[in-house]
Amino acid sequence: MKNSPALATFIAFARKEFHHIFRDRRTIMILLVMPVLQIILFGFAITTEVRHVKVGLLDPLPDQATRRVADRLLASDYFDLARVLHTPDAVEQALRRGEIDLALIFEPHFHRHLHGPARLQLVVDASDPNTSALFTAYARRVITDAALEIAPPVAPVITTETRLLHNPAARAAYNFVPGVMGLILMLICAMMTSISIVREKETGTMEIILVSPARPLMIIAAKILPYLLLSCVNLATILLLAVHVLGVPVAGSLFWLVAVSLLFIIVSLAIGIFVSTLARNQVTAMLVSGMVLMMPVVLLSGLIFPIEGMPAFLRWLSALIPARWYISAVKRLMIEGAPVAFIAREALALACTGAVLVLLSVKNFKNRLA
Amino acid sequence: MNAITTERLTKRFGAFTAVDNLSFEVKRGEIFGFLGANGAGKTTAIRVLCGLSKPTSGRAEVAGFDVATHPERVKRHIGYMSQRFSLYEDLTVRENIRLYAGIYGIPTAEIRTKSDALLRRLEFGDWRDRLVRVLPQGWRQKLAFSVAIFHEPAVVFLDEPTGGVDPLTRRQFWELIYQAADRGITIFVTTHYMDEAEYCNRVSIMVDGRIEALDSPRRLKEQRGAATMDEVFRQLARGARRT
Repeated sequence: MKNSPALATFIAFARKEFHHIFRDRRTIMILLVMPVLQIILFGFAITTEVRHVKVGLLDPLPDQATRRVADRLLASDYFDLARVLHTPDAVEQALRRGEIDLALIFEPHFHRHLHGPARLQLVVDASDPNTSALFTAYARRVITDAALEIAPPVAPVITTETRLLHNPAARAAYNFVPGVMGLILMLICAMMTSISIVREKETGTMEIILVSPARPLMIIAAKILPYLLLSCVNLATILLLAVHVLGVPVAGSLFWLVAVSLLFIIVSLAIGIFVSTLARNQVTAMLVSGMVLMMPVVLLSGLIFPIEGMPAFLRWLSALIPARWYISAVKRLMIEGAPVAFIAREALALACTGAVLVLLSVKNFKNRLA
Repeated sequence: MNAITTERLTKRFGAFTAVDNLSFEVKRGEIFGFLGANGAGKTTAIRVLCGLSKPTSGRAEVAGFDVATHPERVKRHIGYMSQRFSLYEDLTVRENIRLYAGIYGIPTAEIRTKSDALLRRLEFGDWRDRLVRVLPQGWRQKLAFSVAIFHEPAVVFLDEPTGGVDPLTRRQFWELIYQAADRGITIFVTTHYMDEAEYCNRVSIMVDGRIEALDSPRRLKEQRGAATMDEVFRQLARGARRT
């Protein structure tokens, strides 16, 4: 081979990393299958979407109007009639026992009051505030529509119409696909890289490599290459599943989506390297990347709890989490179809975090050798 | 020419002097035993000589290069094997050889012919394409040593290479060391086994960061009226303040 020695060393080392990964059947299976499972789990089993809300109906004097309102509500996929109730006490009991999620209560002689204030009441089990807020809003919309049909207003009234842009059906997939992307890429890059570097410290092979003429930077580069490629495979898998199985469109530029993903992958790899300079053994590396890195990603990145609703301190803390910026960028590009200029802030945040982590890692690495 | 020369080599960590004024020379092709109790400063000294750690003061030349100013050149001309088993268990025998040879920039064709010859000499036969994980202990040790000198270094540092190995395997291992020394490779070896110290051409004994004795095993025993190197070592180590 006419290659330079440095390149030959790089190739020798990168080849070895691939051997490590592909010889460990269990790990490679987990790495390749995990994204698929996560997408399918989130997509079909675990869902925060409003579907099949159990409705209890209390209609003391059924008439045409109440029936039409109730029919309209129950006609949709979102609401199912669970119980017909007769007293306010029964409503409370049913709610408490969890037999119903929502009670629809008409006042007696509803029909007669249609042009005055005709009142109906929604009683909601709000133990899950996110979901209940969603389905209450939806129920109100359906009821308002129905009421306007039954009794068109004599005088013009002001009505508000809400349109859910970017995600008309309020599908949870639109929220979690970016989240899962952030989670998986982070997990594979940060955790796997840190573990594989720390493993070499543990077994003593790192010592041999440090004594060899191989440059540390080259070793690190060879080490992250396989995980970089693996992450790209995962990225492709997730995107394909999202588009073709879950029907989440890529509204914006695919090019920039991939570009910002690569940036995030690089940042995650830098996190992995940084963790490996701190951790002495594989268990520590796993705990640090698993608990210290993953938990905040899940809790503070906006994947489960909206960042806007957090106390200022947590909001500030979440700004330090690269996944938060990435997930936000993916939402903008993929779901909202925003032009790339709108994710400049996210990209900048990611780039800065990456640069800081690389600098810290190099500093730690040098300290260890001094 | 000397393979290793040190002059007043010192390494301090804060107020702690791990290596204190070492001055010694190791000749080319010599088997040099570097003895000392745990904590005497052996590992620190080896790290400095390998270019992993900068000396606080004094100087050291290894294979003709200054360790402080040209650590990269030093690294090119040394081999290293530690007490910990340092091959990759999930790679085959041949893949391990190819990896380490590749790190030293040996061309692929040369790696192939040399590793074939090596594996024949070590009588590895069918083991060559098996994972290192399944190799018997003695074979692993021999392989690790052969990999450490595969690139024909001027000096090879062996840091307790036979720790936890049975006597028969240790004996075989030392035969490999003799063969390497005959080819002109300088051997710098630390050990806890005093019978192994007897195999060295010269031996230094470190106590509290300083070299307290340096000579051939025979002369050291004569000077102190001791029957074995073990006795010599005990006499010197008794004065140690660090443990």
